[in-house]
Formats: sequence, C-alpha cells, structure tokens
Amino acid sequence: MANDDLGLETELRLGLPGVGAGAGAGADSDASGLVEKNEKKRMFSHISDHRSNDSKAVNKNQVVGWPPVCSYRRKNSFKRDEGSKMYVKVSMDGAPFLRKINLGTHKNYWDLVLALENLCEALKDDDNSDYVLIYEDKDGDWMLAGDVPWEMFCESCKKLRIKKKADAKGIGLHAKDLLKRFSKGE
Amino acid sequence: MVNYFPEEVLEHVFSFLTSHRDRNAVSLVCKSWYNVERFSRGKVFIGNCYAISPERLISRFPRVRSLTLKGKPHFADFNLVLHDWGGYVYPWIEAMAKGCTNLEELRLKRMLVSDASLELIAKSFPNFKSLVLVSCEGFTTDGLAAIASNCRFLRELDLQENEVEDPRGQWLSCFPDSCTSLASLNFACLKGEVNLAALERLVARCRNLKSLRLNHAVPPDVLQKILARAPQLVDLGAGSFVHDPESETYNKLKNVMQKCTSIRSLSGFLDVNARCLPAIYPICINLSSLNLSYAPGIYSKELVKLIRKCKKLQCLWILDTIGDKGLRVVASACKELQELRVFKSDPNDVGNAAVTEEGLVAISAGCPNLNSLLYFCRQMTNTALITVAKNCPNFIRFRLCTLDPITPDAVTMQPLDNGFGAIVQSCKGLKRLSVSGLLTDQVFLYIGMYAEQLEMLSIAFAGNSDKGMVYVLNGCKKLKKLEIRDSPFGNMALLADTGKYETMRSLWMSSCKVTFGACKSLAEKMPRLNVEIINEGDEMEGGSDDRQNVEKMYLYRTLVGPRKDAPDSVWTL
Repeated sequence: MANDDLGLETELRLGLPGVGAGAGAGADSDASGLVEKNEKKRMFSHISDHRSNDSKAVNKNQVVGWPPVCSYRRKNSFKRDEGSKMYVKVSMDGAPFLRKINLGTHKNYWDLVLALENLCEALKDDDNSDYVLIYEDKDGDWMLAGDVPWEMFCESCKKLRIKKKADAKGIGLHAKDLLKRFSKGE
Repeated sequence: MVNYFPEEVLEHVFSFLTSHRDRNAVSLVCKSWYNVERFSRGKVFIGNCYAISPERLISRFPRVRSLTLKGKPHFADFNLVLHDWGGYVYPWIEAMAKGCTNLEELRLKRMLVSDASLELIAKSFPNFKSLVLVSCEGFTTDGLAAIASNCRFLRELDLQENEVEDPRGQWLSCFPDSCTSLASLNFACLKGEVNLAALERLVARCRNLKSLRLNHAVPPDVLQKILARAPQLVDLGAGSFVHDPESETYNKLKNVMQKCTSIRSLSGFLDVNARCLPAIYPICINLSSLNLSYAPGIYSKELVKLIRKCKKLQCLWILDTIGDKGLRVVASACKELQELRVFKSDPNDVGNAAVTEEGLVAISAGCPNLNSLLYFCRQMTNTALITVAKNCPNFIRFRLCTLDPITPDAVTMQPLDNGFGAIVQSCKGLKRLSVSGLLTDQVFLYIGMYAEQLEMLSIAFAGNSDKGMVYVLNGCKKLKKLEIRDSPFGNMALLADTGKYETMRSLWMSSCKVTFGACKSLAEKMPRLNVEIINEGDEMEGGSDDRQNVEKMYLYRTLVGPRKDAPDSVWTL
C-alpha cells in the first residue's frame, strides 16, 4: 500500500506470477504501519547481504506482522530499561573519528559485538584483519572485553576501543578474535 | 426406546462426557437428550464471542459454571487488527451476573477486559474460583485487586501475556489473610513491582499452591524464601535470576532448589545471569516442561548444558540462540519430546542467531514422539520437510515460519510445495498447519487432498490463483478456521462454496484480491454470516466502489446477526 504522505516509495512487489503488490508497511509494532526509515534499511543491508541467502526476498523489515511474533512477545523479549542510557565512545584503529554507542540498549556481549560490527562496517579498511575489543574501566585500566558478566562490564566500562590484533601487544594476545568468537554463537 | 431411561440416568451417563464436542453431539440426538444435556452442562466453550449472545447462552445452559470465550481473530496477535475492533467481555459478565451467579471459572483469550468487568466478577459470583486471561488487555492491577480482595475461594489466577497497566502496584496485598485456597498464581506478565512481603505471606498460607509464576520484580533472595516455604510446587516461573554466583543468596538458592523435587515445569528467567543456571541442574531430571523463550542472553553453550540434563522433557520452548548445534543436543537428550517451539531471539532480524532445516531434521530423528511444532527458521528445504514427515508422523500442530515469507527451498530454489505436501500426507492426525516460504497452488492441492483432520490453516504470501484456496475449501472437511494474508485469492475462490463458511468458525482474508462487491454479495446470500470489512485508512466513507479490493475481511458464522459494538472502522455488510 503506497503511502504517499511520507513521500517515500513503499510499494513492494513480490515478483511472483499472479501475486499482487504486497503490503509495504514498516516492521514496527505500531499498528498504523509506519514506514521503516530508509536510513535503517541501508545500515542493515550489509549484514543481511552476507549473512543470509535471501537476497531476492521480500525485505522483511517492510512487512507488517512478519515474522508472526505475537505483539506481547515482541515488546517483552528484550528487557532493557529504556531509562538506562550508557553512552560510551567507541574508537577504532584506522578510523578518522569516534562513534558513540549506548550499552543500555544491548543485552549481552554478543548483541554489542553485532552492533559494533554494524557500526564499523563502513570504517574497516580491510576485512581480513583480526580485531580485539578492549575497554577502559573505572580504574583507568585497559581490559579485554568478555571476561566479566555483562552487567558488571556495563557498569565499569568507560570507553571502548577496537584494536587491530597485530597492534594489541600486551593485551591478551592468546584471546581469539572476540568478534569471531561471539559471532559463532558461543 | 431411549426415552425409557429416566433423566437422572441420562444425566449420570452424560457426566462422563467431558469434551464439549461430545456433549454437542449428544444434544442433537433427540429433544429429551437435548434437555437433559443442557441442564447438566457445566462447561461451555465459545470459540467466537460474537457467534452467540450471553442471553442465549444462559437460556440454553442455565447451570453453566465454567465459561471459555475467545474474542479477536488470531491475526490480531500480529497487529493486523485494530485495538478497538471488539471482543468486550463486560456484556457477558453483566448477563451472567443477572442470570447465572454460580459461575466459578472464566477463561478469556484476546478479549478486552476492563477493570469494571473484573470488579463486577468480584462482586457477582460468590463461588468464583478461577480466572484465566490470555492475550487480553484493557485492565489494570486495580481490577486484579478487586478479584484478590473479594473472591474468597479463589483457586486460580492465571495471567498469560496480557498488557496490563500498573498504576498502584499493591494488588497482591489485597489477598486477605483468610485466603488460603490459591493453587495457581501466574503474574509473570505484570511489569510493576509487587509487595514482596505480602507475596511471601501469601505463599506461606496457601498450602495447596502448586503453580507459581513470578514477574521480573521478584528478586532471587525472595525466590529462595518462597521456595523454602513451598517445596510442593509443581510449576515454577522464576522472575529475576540475576545474581552473583559467589553470593550467599545464590548458595541458599542452590540448596533450596535441591529440595524442590516436585517441580515438573519451569519457565520465566525473565532476567538471567547464565552463570547462575547450575542452581537448577538438580531439578532438571524431573522436568517435563521447560520454557526459556523469555530468557534473553543465555548463550547456546549454557543452554545446552542445561537441556542435556532434562532427559524427561516433553515440552520445550526456546529461543533460536540455541542454534542447530544445540538442537542436535536436544535431539540426543530429550527422547520424550512432544512439543517444541523455537522463537526468534532477535525481533529485528539482525545477526546470526537462527536455526535452519538441519536443526529440525535432527530433532525429528531423535524425537519420534514430536507432535507439536512452532519453528521460526532462517531457511528450509523440501528434503528436510520430507525427512521430518517420515520421522514424525504424529504431528497434530505444525507451524513453520521462515524469516523471509517467500523464501524458496534453500538448496534447489524450488517452492516448498512438496515438503509441506509430505507433512500433510504423512501426518494423518494433523489439526493445525501454518505454511510459509515460496508456495504455489500445488501445496494447497496437497492440503486439500490429504489434510483430512485439519481444523486450522494459516497462509501468508502463498499461492498463485483462486484455485489454491478452492482446493482447501473443497478438500478440508473439518476446517474450522482459515486465515490468509497477502495471497492472490479473489472473488472466485471466496464465492465458490458459500455454504462452507457455515461449517467453519471464521475466515480471515487480508491483502488478498477480494472486492467489496463480492463481500457484499456473500453477505446478502448468507444471512447467518457476519461479513466484516475492517478499514483503517479512511479511504472509503459511505459509498464505495464494488470493484475495489478489500484490505481486510473477517467473516464468521453467528446466530445473533451483526454486532452492535463495532467501531466506525469496521463495517458489517
């Protein structure tokens, strides 16, 4: 259903014989079906491209009520207090400027790593480098991320840094690439 | 001949019939059986609250003690139905309060329940024992306070997945000291704080408490105290399970858990530190049901360690963080498994968490008793489905949801018609089916041909033409509920067999190719159906073009004509 008021092209064609235009509304649980911002679509497209094989597919972020997760579950699966805003700076080797990320919106390391991967996609100079994730704690020490429980980490983390493994001498060189470790769904 | 049985004998014989279907059948035999049956009917199930009126219910079954009502159509769960579409319970309670005050039990699903309704229940039914609310909304903890304060014999208060406002948070303290009858209390869905001291006292005095599901506001130290008081619990929903594994509290919790040898069902863990899970290892061996689908942040490794110990598990609800690898462990450890639900852990679909056809195949190979499945997966193949069908012929419920609703077979890129075809052919007892992925009319041919016991079918983004829907309507003789979205079925299919809809509870069609004109002519032809057009945008006011496609149509059989409580955006034709 084209929604011209927003000036955004939302009509979705499923491209199947005999099938008409599908619903082209956003994935928010807002029942009025607001369109997913184009900005958000672009950011995730990198990850969906190389992580899933549905390149020909209906863009799942644009369909109301799909996947069919009941609205209670959608709202309550992730118990993060919206109130806890824990913004920390994220610096990355080779990047010309820093970013900020809100630890409060993530529920565990894995979630954070995914978000960082997302953030850094544009900044990475080559995909073949190994990276380690370190953080500065309350005492000013630089620590390897992942050792302490998530909540404890959130409380003590002041800054995040993504270092190329080759440069990270003296900081747990035996630790495997953290990003890869969490990506494997450990 | 049958009339020579005195009524008391008939009534006694009927008392052995518990299923409402059997009772319905019995009441059709003859007038005298109809009468005996209706006066002795205690439990009534109404699958669509608009199919009948409360007054007619009471006049037919004056002695009803237990009432089950369902309101909104199923797709309301996915935000496809307006919030104010309907399903108000108040008129039912009002009518029962006047005509049938021996009501003891009320079970509601997808209904709008106001505080006023709850207050009326609390006031009107002196023997009220059991309130079960599933996916309802419209009430606050004030309404619960009224129930707690006034229902002296309350045995069961079970709140599942409701949206509840909590203005005051003191409802739990409203259970008087004299209340000792609670056997089941589930408030896991409440978001607010509860009076923990009141909770502890309540648990201590209700010696029959068997089922207790806490919300996130109940911390581990209180959980520990509660379990110490109630080692007889059979069903536990832990609230918060976040604590320091080095702490004294954790130690105490571990010790007390070991004594809870009656626990068969475990759920909750709404906030959890995976390092604390070993506290529940001692009871795993006794578990028949485990629901970790609301427990975020448990890595697959921890999940697997836990599940490995649950050798007697029959029912498992889990997040897809378990992965295919984890499902293989489930398959090897949980040989008695009958029901599996794998939910999406990430509603935004970012990242790797997912299960595929491999996990499902492993489960089917290891768990031959599997009869109920809900599986959110990234991809599926025909070969996998065919294997699953062969391994598990006992499916009663089979619901598959692929991440992308029209994804083809991940290997062959073909439609998934043959896979689902194998499922319906093999599983002769299949009652409920949800299909997804790339599907043509062929899958519906198979469903019509083989799914003889099918009662509920959910279709999304599937099929090529009207023929698909017609195959289903013609073939599935026991079909009760059909819900279709975003599929190319149109007027020809809708009007092919209008009499069929009187044998069904309801039909939902949204974003299909059905026009106003066709809906109107259907409504004209079938006066015992309500044909509702749900219209969110206000594009059609007053006259509308008959050739225009209808966005959402919901039709259902009814004995009481169009309802009077529909909002402006819902038209009954």
